[in-house]
Amino acid sequence: MQKKEFKTVGKGIRKKDSMQLLLGKPVYLDDITPSECLVVKVLRSPHAHALINEIDTSTALKVPGIECIFTYKDVPQERFTQAGQTFPEPSPYDRLILDRRVRFVGDAVAIIAGENERCVDKAMKLIKVKYEVLTPVLDLHEAKDGKILVHPEDNWKAPCPVGADNKRNLCASDSTEDGNVDAVLESCDYVIDRTYHTKACQQAMMETFRTYTRMDHFGRLHVIASTQIIFHLRRILSHALGIPNNKIRIEKPRIGGGFGAKQTAVAEVYPAFVTFKTGKPAKIIYSREESQIAASPRHEMEIRVRLGADKNGKIRALDVYTLSNTGAYGEHGPTTVGLSGHKSIPLYTGSLEAFRFAYDVVYTNTQAAGAYRGYGATQGIFAVESAVNELAETLGIDPTDIREKNMLREGMVMPAYYGEKTNSCALDRCMAKCSKLFGWRDKYPVRTMPDGKIRTAGMAIAMQGSCISNVDVGSATITLGDDGCYVLSIGAADMGTGCDTILAQMAAECMDCHIDNVEVAGVDTDSSPYDSGSYASSTTYVTGQAVVLACDKLKKQLCSIAAETLSCTDDSLEFDGDRISNLETGEFVTLDDISYQAQCNNEIAVRATATHSSPVSPPPFMAGMVEIELDPETGSVDVLDYVAVVDCGTPINPNLARIQTEGGLVQGIGMALYEDVTFSDKGKIEENSFMQYKLPTRLDIGHLQVEFESSWEPTGPFGAKSIGEIVINTPSPAIAHAIYRATGVWHRNLPITPEKILFGIE
Amino acid sequence: MKITLTLNSRTITADVQPDTLLIDFVRNHGCSSVKRGCETANCGLCTVLMDDMPVLSCSVLAARADGHVIQTLEGLQNEAEEFIGFIADQGADQCGFCNPGFVMNTIALLREIPDPTDDEIKSFLAGNLCRCSGYEGQLRGIRAYLESRSNKQNSEDI
Repeated sequence: MQKKEFKTVGKGIRKKDSMQLLLGKPVYLDDITPSECLVVKVLRSPHAHALINEIDTSTALKVPGIECIFTYKDVPQERFTQAGQTFPEPSPYDRLILDRRVRFVGDAVAIIAGENERCVDKAMKLIKVKYEVLTPVLDLHEAKDGKILVHPEDNWKAPCPVGADNKRNLCASDSTEDGNVDAVLESCDYVIDRTYHTKACQQAMMETFRTYTRMDHFGRLHVIASTQIIFHLRRILSHALGIPNNKIRIEKPRIGGGFGAKQTAVAEVYPAFVTFKTGKPAKIIYSREESQIAASPRHEMEIRVRLGADKNGKIRALDVYTLSNTGAYGEHGPTTVGLSGHKSIPLYTGSLEAFRFAYDVVYTNTQAAGAYRGYGATQGIFAVESAVNELAETLGIDPTDIREKNMLREGMVMPAYYGEKTNSCALDRCMAKCSKLFGWRDKYPVRTMPDGKIRTAGMAIAMQGSCISNVDVGSATITLGDDGCYVLSIGAADMGTGCDTILAQMAAECMDCHIDNVEVAGVDTDSSPYDSGSYASSTTYVTGQAVVLACDKLKKQLCSIAAETLSCTDDSLEFDGDRISNLETGEFVTLDDISYQAQCNNEIAVRATATHSSPVSPPPFMAGMVEIELDPETGSVDVLDYVAVVDCGTPINPNLARIQTEGGLVQGIGMALYEDVTFSDKGKIEENSFMQYKLPTRLDIGHLQVEFESSWEPTGPFGAKSIGEIVINTPSPAIAHAIYRATGVWHRNLPITPEKILFGIE
Repeated sequence: MKITLTLNSRTITADVQPDTLLIDFVRNHGCSSVKRGCETANCGLCTVLMDDMPVLSCSVLAARADGHVIQTLEGLQNEAEEFIGFIADQGADQCGFCNPGFVMNTIALLREIPDPTDDEIKSFLAGNLCRCSGYEGQLRGIRAYLESRSNKQNSEDI
């Protein structure tokens, strides 16, 4: 596709669902599903590691209104994964719906269903469980080849060769090297050898996990779920329940946020199992506490970076080792870890002579991790960008200059990124524009204010991908309706990001019509074309391209119908959005005419489906700079200004791309400064509510400024790449950098709380 | 126990349990705009007006609303429509789950401080969490509404 002026693409159009959302209309799962159904809740383990020796539900079952209580004795014995990934999943099959062995505080012990919440709560208290309490492995350093096994069972299996071994607590393990890293490091003038640590942060989307299930008129399991992955979810439930895919139908309503959390089937199996067993409709709504302790947070990672450079700041070698904690179950364990190297090391392709990237992903008796915006890249970029900042400060070179010397540029081949070539890369322009907008030269120096507070700045650059290359599939079906309007059907999940709108913008651009003439159909496994789902920064790039291809096909169909009417050949016709004209004779038919002709004595479909997958995953890029004010008396940090400049290729809807960026920056600020996950010595998470798990409020973020520096990605729709995930990657390293500037102390463990800063100063 | 209250101009008499929360009561009476985002009075999603004052309905017993006037977004659609288009024009609605609480508290803000500064806006709405938007778009939206309103007033004055 060639670059040209667009009518609808590139415009900051309102989301198609905006007014309904802002007026509080009933569009979410709990608003639109009947309240007359079984209330489902899960009894959770108080122990981090235990075997259930006895479980007695007899008294609980006598509570009036209780329908059923299920324990490990009642569930299928085939292990499965809840990870929303393309089959065969890289994540190990390590779960049962309920297991005799419980593996973290919060693991499921029993499923209780009853007429109302009151009776279910009462019954939950009356279930008597005798546990054989086992010693847990809570520290990720002690897991690999330790004495305590999280998954000793023999029916554990890994469908893909990811280096997993349950008898070693290994969920995945691998190592890749290009060049001789040790030799290059040996010959470097400087080697920065540091270890960084990030926590199991929560997505904390405002709508917690929830699912409604019923049997439909064909006796099939009909599931309405707040999910990012309708098709994967269908397969996951099929595996979990041991029933065929075609006996399950999944629908998704509006979703109150996901950020990757809902790329794992966290809650769906419980009501699905209840409905499957009882035939009755059922609903589960996770409490915030459950969403904090038994969900799918970011993988805790410890990352050792050895960075070798010459005395002028040329970065010659990067050696990255990541130890990732997948917790009690392996959802997304083998894949998130890859991004910690694949999406950090290539940033320095410009000068790199050799690199090595190795990792271990371990099981522990803590909450299972999952997918969270950034998906490992966030952790890796915190480590590598911090190491680069440490190098710059060690050498006394301005951090923008050191990146100028080393960074990836357009046209380079990235050995650390599957050997892909960057067709579109405005990283250099992003950094230059960011420096200028931010006023880097003025804000970087350390300045003490009259009140004793210190102002200074920090920075970072970042990349991500656009889809999982050679894996993700996006599809679109576009249909001409009666009145010359179109219906666009997709299987990708709008979770608030606005993909319904931006895909409709693309369709409107292709069909040369107003966006109001494109309706977007609901997402439903029975009727939507297959899509991997909304994750891996793939929707704009992959599903968007499917929309373009589907529109091309539909235009051909419209021309074929017009050719019959006008008694000419297809190739003499031109479609301008309203009419199809014979360029030679000037005769034409309107789109309205074709709509009706398609319904009378017609054998040409006016519906086209296209499916797309990409052999490459073009990275978006960005630069971020932060100015902070740090109070050396208290250790508190205020973010004053954050400037970010993003290269997402063509921003299809600049308003939505800007909001994505601002939202990601604020999540990143939370990760850097407050969002903590700590455990009691028994393995219980302390931050089990928003009382303890502190999200940034609007008072905590200073002023954000986001701009775009666009490149043109030739393989993307209208030159577009992704935006959704990259935006969370710069705050942690940039803020850690600024705190070093202010205090002289590098904080390599997130979050960097006032206590840590104060103790660091002392 | 029996309570009588006014919910969006409608008088309702109902039997409730002593521990029924106002959020559950109003949701059960057709006001599904009121959302639960936490259970600890930290997120602001469940904001309703009680005698014109914003309260967190997850932290008010239904029994406490006896004899009072409760308004949810269902009852304040016209007042909301005056400014929400400006939020939509920023794309700041995003997933939308926090929108009703945010819109309700913005209504309360604009009633109390008709021409607020940015700091007053941020401070008044500090208890309304949003995980998607990063807040800046919401602020730009409110600011754009205030400017448009003031331009309209100025042109009417002339």
